[in-house]
Amino acid sequence: MSSWIDLSANELLSQLEAGQVTSQEVVTAFLDRIHQVDPKVHAFLNLFAEEALQKASVVDERRKNGEKVGLLGGLPVAVKDVLCMKIGATTAGSKMLERFHSPYNATVIEKLEQADGIILGKTNMDEFAMGSSTENSAYNGTANPWDLERVPGGSSGGAAACVASQMAPLSLGTDTGGSIRQPAAFCGITGVKPTYGRVSRFGMIAFASSLDQIGPMTNSVEDAALLLEVIAGHDPSDATSLDRPVPNYREALKEPLKSFKLGLPKEIADFNPDPEIQKAVEAALEVYRETGATIEEISLPNLKYAVPTYYVIAPSEASSNLARYDSVHYGYRTDRKAMMAGLEEGDSPLVQMYSQSRAEGFGPEVKRRIMLGTFALSKGYYDAYYLKALKVRRLIRQDFDRAFEQVDAIIGPCTPKPAFKIGEKVSDPISMYLEDLFTVGANLSGNAAMSIPCGFTSENLPIGLQLQVPALEEERLFRIGHLYQQVTDWHQRRPSLG
Amino acid sequence: MNATVTDAAYTTIIGLEVHTQLLTKSKLFCGCANRFGEEPNTLTCPVCIGMPGVMPVMNREAFRLAVRTGLALQGKIASFCKWDRKNYYYPDLPKGYQISQFDLPFCEGGHLEVEVEEGQAPSKVRLHRIHLEEDAGKSMHDESMGGRDSLVDLNRTGVPLLEIVTEPDIRSPEEAKAFLTELKLLLVYLGVSDCNMQEGSLRVDANVNLHLPGESGETIATPIVEIKNMNSFRAVERALHHEVVRQWEEWQATGKKKGEVPKQTRGWNDEAGETFAQREKEESSDYRYFPEPDLVPVTMTAEQIATAEAEVGELPQALRTRLQSEYELSAYDADVLVNQGKALVRYYLEVADACGDAKLVSNWLQQDIMRTLKERNITIEELPVSAPMLTELLKKVQSNELPRARARDVFAQMVETEASLEETMDAMGIKQVDAGALRELCQSLVDANPRIVEDVKGGKQQAVGALIGQAKKKDPNVNPGEVRKICLELIQAMGEDS
Repeated sequence: MSSWIDLSANELLSQLEAGQVTSQEVVTAFLDRIHQVDPKVHAFLNLFAEEALQKASVVDERRKNGEKVGLLGGLPVAVKDVLCMKIGATTAGSKMLERFHSPYNATVIEKLEQADGIILGKTNMDEFAMGSSTENSAYNGTANPWDLERVPGGSSGGAAACVASQMAPLSLGTDTGGSIRQPAAFCGITGVKPTYGRVSRFGMIAFASSLDQIGPMTNSVEDAALLLEVIAGHDPSDATSLDRPVPNYREALKEPLKSFKLGLPKEIADFNPDPEIQKAVEAALEVYRETGATIEEISLPNLKYAVPTYYVIAPSEASSNLARYDSVHYGYRTDRKAMMAGLEEGDSPLVQMYSQSRAEGFGPEVKRRIMLGTFALSKGYYDAYYLKALKVRRLIRQDFDRAFEQVDAIIGPCTPKPAFKIGEKVSDPISMYLEDLFTVGANLSGNAAMSIPCGFTSENLPIGLQLQVPALEEERLFRIGHLYQQVTDWHQRRPSLG
Repeated sequence: MNATVTDAAYTTIIGLEVHTQLLTKSKLFCGCANRFGEEPNTLTCPVCIGMPGVMPVMNREAFRLAVRTGLALQGKIASFCKWDRKNYYYPDLPKGYQISQFDLPFCEGGHLEVEVEEGQAPSKVRLHRIHLEEDAGKSMHDESMGGRDSLVDLNRTGVPLLEIVTEPDIRSPEEAKAFLTELKLLLVYLGVSDCNMQEGSLRVDANVNLHLPGESGETIATPIVEIKNMNSFRAVERALHHEVVRQWEEWQATGKKKGEVPKQTRGWNDEAGETFAQREKEESSDYRYFPEPDLVPVTMTAEQIATAEAEVGELPQALRTRLQSEYELSAYDADVLVNQGKALVRYYLEVADACGDAKLVSNWLQQDIMRTLKERNITIEELPVSAPMLTELLKKVQSNELPRARARDVFAQMVETEASLEETMDAMGIKQVDAGALRELCQSLVDANPRIVEDVKGGKQQAVGALIGQAKKKDPNVNPGEVRKICLELIQAMGEDS
């Protein structure tokens, strides 16, 4: 048996439907793979092996009896630990929520279960999704499967690494400034940030509510189309979710685009992407030209303000979203005895409990962003920071709107550099923030974007190609991406992990 | 001048902030029941207790009631309003922020006409704005200072709360009380709130200072003080009286003007009858308001506003006017009836329209009915004598079939037994006395009481009362007026004979 783990999700689904393999066998194969390689990669924080096999047997039974089986038909899925689930702890990579057991399932979890997806476990991430390397996890970092000394990117590092190292055929990540696409690029997989509002955020532990989106991380565009079809759609529990029908994305792939225009933002060159990345992107443009696309230069004049704008808006929202972790109703609380003993005259025990619990429960990057956001929203600074950032955000959105009048999709590198060494940037937050250079625009504007593999550096590190389309044009995004994957095999390359 | 308070010495400037809970079935942003008096922490869900990942969804009914209130108060309903987060830490605020409306409330302006003293022209209190927000939970602190833990009840968390802010138009504590009384009446008429101060569904804060004439004709303002925790309208009036005197004395002692000292918040101690310093506003928090990213703005079309307008119904002031003009009641009578609430007025109108004697019905309502309601502590809806039943009874009074005093007995009996008029009259043996029989009865009484006859003849007309008493003893159904009339006729005839 050539291993089941070598197949894409769609291929596995065909085998399952044809009765060539059972869901239990597939789940077992991936669980075995996890036991074999996860000690090296550390993509998972928590595994639900027993529950997964149990659910798989139920799906198998239903299929055997000729009953209706959901869209995922018993395929395993890994889930970023920022999505609330009734089983296991939901930690968001934070010590603050080390023992937090959610009383409810996120809407996407419910959707996975209704579609007969088998949830294998929860994947590692930067604490509260803040970071670009997964080094900010309170539970050790995750290694890049292509080079274990390098980071997998972040914040959905575990989600990317588990797909790249064949521990799961499908996984869910979240993207606030690039947290799906950048790790997808670093790990050589396909990662989609859907249109803001396309997927319900209910049950996703919020980082920056106006930017957060949940999306698929997979081996191919075809697999991403399958997974998005399952999780997308209006949710009455999320007032910001869009009440628009969900297209059959996989059907859309069967009708390729005849001729289309791709726009290459001229400003990208200003940020000096790595020459090997530039070369890979140019090669990709050539592939597209050969398939009949035309490439145009476009301009996103406010792109240079995207990162500073993002680093005002996201921390502002985060400072408020994370206020609930005050140790009163749930989550980490400081040791009462030690705290009371340390009280000085005039100290309020309540204030002391708040500040000590938060000081101990949050990691340094989370604290940095809470302070940044608190500052930006403070009286006297609000206009200069938060309000101004909102105005620039509008300008950036206009840039995209204008560009999309001109072209069908925007193309370019996903990241300026390939995966960096573990520890390389931990003491330099600014260079870490610049990881988001090419990705934050889509979050600020709300349009859909995707990273697909388009080559490797001389050090055999994956390179990501970013494609961006207007809001709710995921079908177009998938068609353009799928077209590329039909004529290239970058997305089929696998790291050798022994 | 010594430190006595004279009317001419200053003008009292008062502004009120009224919080009123809306009578919705469920909370403002989740499906939990909005009910008072349940076991602590039983009306909660992941959304209102601020679990990680949850999102608010606006309760349309709450917004509808809010708009109805704004329209009834003559405010301008915004075609576009939004939600904002007010950030602060407190154990009864589990998210660490309150969802409120900051710069774009749903309603601006408006006014309420208030009659401070009977017979005087009503004063117009302008409203600054009205906004909708979620209530916080309830903290219960250890009042014994025994160092026990504080307790938090989150049943109230997320209950829809209207904040009605007046302009500083109120010029006396009496006017403040009159405003609150009229506002409460209006809110109850609208059916938007039960305004129960004991249960906290209506809460009042008052801002007060004094304006004094300066030496060169300018106006000097004393520092504004906010008074909190007043538990009744009477308490508001007393607290303001106390505060006015206190500020006058403080002005005399210190000469400090508004702006020279930080704004102060003072509590009200009802037992001691005085206000006490709580905190200086300067140390109060900066709430870091920013737009709530989890909710979409609310838009109101002209049609929607027109629909809401139709739901306002007849308001107390209009009813008072109508009772005076159409029913020819005195201002006093109209006021008494209207102040009893919408249901009683509806009852009144039904009976008055059917009987055609508005004054008679008004007297009955103000005497027998209101006394019965009070004695039995029931509402007009719970009164066993319905409007048609009272109509039937009063028609008998109008047609002289039932003497007034007898009718009151019948009413009392109907309340007691919950029986119909006919049943009650039968049970009490009441029937119309035949005219011939009545004359016979009177003749026998005159014959049997020569001394009374002499007295009457001697000019003491009131002596005939004894005959009436005897007649009623013999036949309770006799009409005392008739008996009197007939007896006097008979006695007079005797005189002519002799």
